[in-house]
Amino acid sequence: MSSIKDIQEEIVSEFEILGDDKESTIFYIMELGGNLEAFPENERKEENIIKGCQSKVWLIADEVDGKVHYQADSNTDITKGLISLLIRVLNDRRPEEILKADLDFIQRIGMGSIIGSQRSNGLASMIKQMKLYALAFQTKQNA
Amino acid sequence: MSLNIEQIRALFPVLHQEVHGKPLIYFDNAATTQKPQAVLDALTNYYERDNSNIHRGAHALADRATRYYEETREAVKEFIGAKESAEIIFTKGTTESINLVAQTFGRKFIGKDDEIIISTMEHHSNIVPWQMLCEEKGAILKIIPINDAGEILFEEFEKLLSPKTKLVSIVHASNALGTINPVKKVIDAAHAVGAKVLLDGAQSTSHLEINIQDLNCDFLAFSAHKLYGPTGLGVLYGKREVLESMPPFMGGGEMIKEVTFEKTTYNDIPFKFEAGTPNIADVIAFKASLDFIKSLGKPAIKAHEDSLLAYSKELLTGIKGFIPVGTASEKVSVLSFNINDMHPFDVGQMLDAKGIAVRTGHHCTQPLMKRFGIEGTVRASFSVYNTKSEIEKMAEGIAQIARFKNK
Ligand SMILES: Cc1ncc(COP(=O)(O)O)c(C=O)c1O
Repeated sequence: MSSIKDIQEEIVSEFEILGDDKESTIFYIMELGGNLEAFPENERKEENIIKGCQSKVWLIADEVDGKVHYQADSNTDITKGLISLLIRVLNDRRPEEILKADLDFIQRIGMGSIIGSQRSNGLASMIKQMKLYALAFQTKQNA
Repeated sequence: MSLNIEQIRALFPVLHQEVHGKPLIYFDNAATTQKPQAVLDALTNYYERDNSNIHRGAHALADRATRYYEETREAVKEFIGAKESAEIIFTKGTTESINLVAQTFGRKFIGKDDEIIISTMEHHSNIVPWQMLCEEKGAILKIIPINDAGEILFEEFEKLLSPKTKLVSIVHASNALGTINPVKKVIDAAHAVGAKVLLDGAQSTSHLEINIQDLNCDFLAFSAHKLYGPTGLGVLYGKREVLESMPPFMGGGEMIKEVTFEKTTYNDIPFKFEAGTPNIADVIAFKASLDFIKSLGKPAIKAHEDSLLAYSKELLTGIKGFIPVGTASEKVSVLSFNINDMHPFDVGQMLDAKGIAVRTGHHCTQPLMKRFGIEGTVRASFSVYNTKSEIEKMAEGIAQIARFKNK
């Protein structure tokens, strides 16, 4: 499996191909949402909604063989695309790896100016929640 | 007479820029309109030449500033056809105007079990102040229902009216749907049971001719920034006898006649309600906005905006997945819609990438969205400086977005 760093490099080069064309970039992000695993209907509940996002984002995580497996969904296509990027980078890794991860691809592709400040705050909340899950599993593993 | 839109556009510096490499198309006019150069000049002129505090200094600058400030009050009086300029109070905006009425008129005249009537399509600023008052006083808030087109059900409104009704507070034109409410009928029916009426004119004053004496409402609230004027400034019109019966809103300078530690007597209207140093620069610059509107004439502005609304409906109705929200027969130039099951945020962001500014979300009308069973809409709202070719670009963009979703 590629490292967090490698996957981030991949994403950065994909976005480089799109260049400054904001329209294609947004369409691309929306298409990425299609990569998300189907989200279990019974998990689509209030307690799985990430606080701090304007749109609705559901996130759950399981521990599989000591690694964190995330599943997520959203009611907006752009947000789906964003979270699919995060999952692509962080999914199925050991908690300590996730906690250490420096997600610099977000800054490198200039995500802030692509999605605007409201959605950037939402993106930060998603990352925080993903790391919180990792922390919880790590604490459990070390107990 | 039809307007020369290119000439009008030339007066608005902000319109001539690119956003994300595309020419800006500004369709968020219901949120706030852009400002003509004359308003910007009036602001700088004031700070460069006339800045001083008003109604107090005995020097040339104070005198000038006071005169200009009061000239705007006079212009507002004419703008809405009020009887006298003392009935015009400057506030921070529609929101403050409504809160002022709730905190003064409301607290004095509305008591336990009294009733206040609003409609389903109110902006939060015409809901929350009344909820706060009702909570404090034990009064009751009643809601006029609407039909699926987004029009109030007048017979239902009549059924809500009773001698317990103390106030009807209703939006003149809806910011979320564009619906123009039959306010003259509402006002007359409310008066017949002895209730006072407040009109939220935030959206109507820029499009519709207002003659307050014909309308005969007791209060009218609106914001300068939706009228090509500066932000942070609004108006509360109130009938003299009603304003005089009300206690002051805030205490401080300007609003007093005489202060001793034993007792303070209050100034006359409008000063009684303008405590402290007011927003002098913006009030003075607001006159330039009113002059701009007057120079074009509201009927000509409305005719142009109506043609844009009709054109946008014509172009968008053909797009697969286009769902209009708010189809009242009488509307100002607001087009609210959704695209299939797309989230309005996504549509808004994709239009933004094309340089097109629209508003998305609940438009501060959550109960109204709930009535329609939706989370929000995309709202394009047109102003006098918008063009048909801009509408064509938006329609192309929306068609592309809808195709993307349907593929
Ligand atoms: C119908 C309506 N009422 C009230 C307001 C509040 O105006 P302001 O924010 O200027 O106080 C608005 C502004 O969006 C509005 O559209």
